[in-house]
Amino acid sequence: MTTAVSAVAGRSDKSRMAGIIDFARRNPTIVIGGTLMIIIALAALGAPLIAGDPLIFQPINRLKPPSDEFLLGTDSLGRDVFARTVYGARISLLVGLSVAGVSVAIGLCIGLACGYYRGVDGLVMRLMDGIMAIPAILLAIALVSVMGSSVRVVIIAITIPEIPRVTRLVRSIVLSVRELPYVDAARASGARTRKILWRHILPSTVAPLIVQATYICASAILVEAGLSFLGAGTPPEFPTWGNMIASSRLYLAIAPWTIFAPGACLALVVLAVNLLGDGLRDRLDPRMARRM
Amino acid sequence: MIGYILRRLLSTISVMAVVGIVLFLLVNLAPGDPAAVIAGDTAAPEHIAAISKKRGLDEPLWTQSALWAWGVLQGDLGVSIFSNLPVATLIVQRTEPTLALALTTMAFAVTIAVSAGVLAAWKVGTWVDRTIMVVAVLGFSAPVFVVGYGLIYVFAMELRWLPVQGYVPLGCGLWPCLKSLILPSLALGFAYVALIACITRATMIEVLGEDYVRTANAKGVPRLRVLLGHGLANAAVPIVTVIGIGVALLIGGVVITESVFNIPGIGRLTVDAITRCDFPMIQGVILVFTGIYVLVNPSVDILYTWLDPRIRY
Repeated sequence: MTTAVSAVAGRSDKSRMAGIIDFARRNPTIVIGGTLMIIIALAALGAPLIAGDPLIFQPINRLKPPSDEFLLGTDSLGRDVFARTVYGARISLLVGLSVAGVSVAIGLCIGLACGYYRGVDGLVMRLMDGIMAIPAILLAIALVSVMGSSVRVVIIAITIPEIPRVTRLVRSIVLSVRELPYVDAARASGARTRKILWRHILPSTVAPLIVQATYICASAILVEAGLSFLGAGTPPEFPTWGNMIASSRLYLAIAPWTIFAPGACLALVVLAVNLLGDGLRDRLDPRMARRM
Repeated sequence: MIGYILRRLLSTISVMAVVGIVLFLLVNLAPGDPAAVIAGDTAAPEHIAAISKKRGLDEPLWTQSALWAWGVLQGDLGVSIFSNLPVATLIVQRTEPTLALALTTMAFAVTIAVSAGVLAAWKVGTWVDRTIMVVAVLGFSAPVFVVGYGLIYVFAMELRWLPVQGYVPLGCGLWPCLKSLILPSLALGFAYVALIACITRATMIEVLGEDYVRTANAKGVPRLRVLLGHGLANAAVPIVTVIGIGVALLIGGVVITESVFNIPGIGRLTVDAITRCDFPMIQGVILVFTGIYVLVNPSVDILYTWLDPRIRY
């Protein structure tokens, strides 16, 4: 009896394994991107466990090349590049995830409203067109320079240019879904507007929004690094990848690791998020073209 | 056709009006008194009041906005807080390097991207296609400044083929000028190449599946002629659209590229304005960049009729 049970369990384990392998073969980008993201997120969360203090500086150890003591060497103030790179992942992921979450939430509300209540649509969409016309990084620069630099301001400044893109996407979905027979049926059977929006229209926006959110996350991480690099992002003492590259730019010739360690991590994170986005798009929403 | 162009220009004007309002409110609703910023940390209150009066900062907000808008329409973008020179003059002075960088980047990026995209579509599914797509995904992910420093390190510091930084004006000769722009335009163009290559490949794959391509192949038209004459000619419209949309990518990238390569263009002007909190300068630069972007897209639409005579407005 027990052998039979374990045999059944073994078979289901095996078929689950086969299922996972099958999924990985069909969706290589989701698996590669997802695995990379999990590794990076774990490193960011466990930063105090795997890395030393990112802020402490030891002038005696300036610009040391990578060694056993300093895995990725030290920068011009004698700070541990490995520790700063690991802590930098925290800010990048925090900014990427917050921007994706907040811009999708706000864009979703505005998009639902514009698509359903046609009265506000014209005015709001003109405003959105205007915001969209300003190149994202320039608008973010302007917002940061006006509001002062802190992590929160950076998140707000990167979120605002992303909202119109979400709004447009949601609005276009609402406009096509609201004419479908099942929405008419719900309306005819006396459902309230709120219920129609919530139960009948919202679900259609979920899949495209997940895909959109991953692309927003990737672009937010890039823009955050760009802002820090230009000196319009988080204050310079924060260990972000953009700040690290900006403060090491004069030492490219003698200490290239101070630039390429954070640079490679930045590219890797964005690559992981982009791969995840491409994979999710192919799986969830084959029709949606890549966001420009 | 003329009616269509007029309508497009009209919608451009409405977008620019919104952009103007957003930028004006952004700077003027900011906490802190611009006059105090201009006067500096140690200024006396009378001094601040004098500056406020001189620049019209004591007027009500709507008067200020009307005056600003009126000025912008006449090409007056205000006066830089830092250098006390007109913003428009400063921007014009810095136009050459930025324009040279942008045009070089576009020229090389479009050439490489379209060839790569056509090649990938022709060899679809093979290792050639896969390699091109992997490079394209990398292009979307690698930040401009990381690519830039990578190129500087390899080609300027290790191999010593090209200058590390700086810009040689066109007046000093075409080749020295181009030489100083090779690395910057490679760094700036990477993401742009990826974008255009992806759309070229996707559209070409679709077009190459059409009946007329099969007919052309069947009657023995040379391969290259089919790819370019039958394929690319019919795939041109979406590709050109994305080239136009991608200009936003270039504009954002220019600011960072000029910073990496120390090119004294409009991008550097923006970065300097940020560090000095020079609001009129920031406002002016963004307005100009946005204006360029907003004008590119209707121009692209008008280009369609020439690329594809079937399109009529």
